[in-house]
Amino acid sequence: MIWLTWRQFRGSAALTAAVLVVLVTALGLTGPDLAGEYAAGIAACVPAETCPDFFDRFFGAYDLLFLGLTLVVLLVPALIGLFWGAPLVTRELEAGTHLLVWNQSVTRRRWLAVKLGIVGLAAVAAAGVCGLAVTWWSGPLDRSAVPEMAQMAPVVFGARGIAPMGYAAFAFVLGVTVGMLVRRTLPAMALTLAVFVAVQAAVPLLVRPHLMPPVTGTFELGRENVDGIAAERGGSLHVFLRTSAVPGHPGAWVLSSDLADPSGRLGAGTAEGLAGPSSTVARSIPISTTSGPCGPSMGAATPGAHPCLDAINRLGYRQQASYQPLGRFWPFQWIETGLYALLTLGLAGFCLRWIRSRLS
Amino acid sequence: MTAVLEAHALGRKYGRRWALRECTVAVPAGRVVGLVGPNGAGKTTLLKLASGQLGPTTGDLAVLGGRPGNTPAQLARVGFVAQDTPVYPGLTVAEHLRLGARLNPRWDASLARERVARLGLAPGRRAGRLSGGQRAQLALTLGLAKRPELLILDEPVAALDPLARRDFLEGLGEAAAAHGLSVLLSSHLVADLERICDHMIVLVGSRVRLAGDVAGLLASRPGLGLEDVVLAAMHEGAGR
Repeated sequence: MIWLTWRQFRGSAALTAAVLVVLVTALGLTGPDLAGEYAAGIAACVPAETCPDFFDRFFGAYDLLFLGLTLVVLLVPALIGLFWGAPLVTRELEAGTHLLVWNQSVTRRRWLAVKLGIVGLAAVAAAGVCGLAVTWWSGPLDRSAVPEMAQMAPVVFGARGIAPMGYAAFAFVLGVTVGMLVRRTLPAMALTLAVFVAVQAAVPLLVRPHLMPPVTGTFELGRENVDGIAAERGGSLHVFLRTSAVPGHPGAWVLSSDLADPSGRLGAGTAEGLAGPSSTVARSIPISTTSGPCGPSMGAATPGAHPCLDAINRLGYRQQASYQPLGRFWPFQWIETGLYALLTLGLAGFCLRWIRSRLS
Repeated sequence: MTAVLEAHALGRKYGRRWALRECTVAVPAGRVVGLVGPNGAGKTTLLKLASGQLGPTTGDLAVLGGRPGNTPAQLARVGFVAQDTPVYPGLTVAEHLRLGARLNPRWDASLARERVARLGLAPGRRAGRLSGGQRAQLALTLGLAKRPELLILDEPVAALDPLARRDFLEGLGEAAAAHGLSVLLSSHLVADLERICDHMIVLVGSRVRLAGDVAGLLASRPGLGLEDVVLAAMHEGAGR
């Protein structure tokens, strides 16, 4: 059975291995240069205290590559589910060869168990190699990324560490399960993709924020959490509060960020419809925009315009945020990979049951 | 007469539709048994139940005294050649034999090798490039070299030309005689079965309308050919 599984799988295994070798070689050749450039930049910026500028420049120079590689790691599990998982059983059903192979002296359950085991391990290995290589290569960029692209950010998290292995195992078994239920390859592939994308969207939105209770805190306004301040001529003051960063916790995954007024009420004066993906705008702060620190001389939209922010801080306005700190990256990786492993085992158990009782 | 297959009130439902219902039949051992019946009589369903591909919805079925199905031991005792004789198009003839050797404890490697050589199937040839007749012969070789006690074939020659049909059935008949194998094969063409079967079962609407040794059936209706006898039984069944 192991021989047959390998014989049927070796073509796609060889193709995948070839692609992975090219990818890993390219990353291996360019990674040290990238790390060197980062180290040199850090050595230069620390004495001059210009590291935020260096980070922006450095990340900006590689952001397309960074996003591209992240996307590749996110795609690998989906492709495995589509091309390894879904056709595993449907291909046999469509060609009628299930009637040949299931009538040898091997039970269907054993046939499926060996296939799930071998191809599943290959799926985990492929996603693992790809994910860990990209994690290693992206290290310097992860340390200088903008908050929206930090390691804990939903999109990046799934393309780092060990999580891609869990996704790949799940996607593969999901493909097999859907294939068994649908029985035809193309519809099974389409449905596998739809379900997998839905799960991959639902987990960061609904599950991951609650893997551990989020940390909440109130923070003074400053350069790290305010994008800018603007005042209409003689009108109210607009404070652009970042939704993705809290001071003192670089790389944290910020789940909510609101401006609290001096009595602690949240969302004070938040402008409806002005809340964007990267900042919320508060505009009913009772402070003069015609004179004083927030007067016309402040200049429009200068981040870290300290006199005005100091004045707002003195009034008692604070950023109230809940977040998952960067230090939870690895615990989250293990928990999430474990969850996907459980899902995978559950689906595999279902498949082994179903193939015995329902499929003919 | 011991039976290799005994069904009692056997039924199988697909969703709400009964594919086989109230089927009671006995297949004698050591014979080449032909199963005839019109399309939709439940022949394929019965054969799939016998090989354990399907489980029965109602009734009892014993094959070689055991429950058909899911144990490796029972699978090893029953061979099955499916309709249209599927093989893996991407695997070579030699790889099919290797598959058989890997998956069957009682595999007869020399039988398989000799048979493939006698048929002139090049071991390195991919099964997808074989003719229909050659593919059927390859599937039969797999079924025979497994050395089952009962070999079940579902319409094995339906898609073959007359020459390939004759070769296939002759090969099957010889092998059955050589190994004392019980054979159960279905067809809707009596002429095919007449060539090698020594026992005949006519199934109409899941019911056995006629069953017996070919010699006896012919003797009981002098002047009629086997085909006429079978057709008469089918008409009788359909008329009820």
